[in-house]
Amino acid sequence: MSIRVQQEDFDVGAELTAMRGNRALGALACFVGLVRDVNDGAQVAQLTLEHYPGMTEKALQDIVEQAKARWDILEVRVIHRVGTLHPTDQIVFVAVAGAHRGEAFAACEFIMDYLKTQAPFWKKEQTPDGERWVDARASDDAAAQRWQGQEAS
Amino acid sequence: MDSSDLEKGLARTVTAAVTVLYFARLREALGCDSEQLALPADARTVGALRDLLRARGGAWELELAAAKPVRVAVNQTMARMDTRVNPGDEVAFFPPVTGG
Repeated sequence: MSIRVQQEDFDVGAELTAMRGNRALGALACFVGLVRDVNDGAQVAQLTLEHYPGMTEKALQDIVEQAKARWDILEVRVIHRVGTLHPTDQIVFVAVAGAHRGEAFAACEFIMDYLKTQAPFWKKEQTPDGERWVDARASDDAAAQRWQGQEAS
Repeated sequence: MDSSDLEKGLARTVTAAVTVLYFARLREALGCDSEQLALPADARTVGALRDLLRARGGAWELELAAAKPVRVAVNQTMARMDTRVNPGDEVAFFPPVTGG
């Protein structure tokens, strides 16, 4: 398990290659989040990501532990960037590897859904009308909640 | 209680304070990113601490109002209004998270 919170960009290909060493792996699922140029009807010129150093890593670790307890997965990598980002930049990377695709897909989605609602990151957007903090979305809460009371498949 | 517990107990009596952190929109609205706060004996939960801060009035009253979706962590773990706060703890107030 590898968890990184960093300002620097990351190389998806290099990360995935580094995860392939285990001969028991048959599936490697990954998600990459990008900075969009439009959010809530406004043009976004840049995005600043703030976080809570210490708690962020702890929260991500806890989320990954939960995923490992639910699914039979073997490798997990999470990278989240902080600082100033621009449209088309990569923000977040979650990759999960296991023997089969079912658990790799599910665990990857679970980690992203929980990261969105539990990990202490906050986005501030620069729009033509000035700076604004991004509001949390009810749809993100709903996405995380649908995993509750549901057995791993 | 062994001697190290006794020492910790003494240290707590002397420094009966908590570290309070504020993030994102809250940090900006309150004009404060962290402070040391003496903890009254009757303010030993997150909710009581929030009431104490709200009593400062102005932006504090507004931003920490009961209707505001404020999230709290105690010692870097998500907490609730009834979570206990002890001297030496790190308590953080922040808006709902928006990462990813």
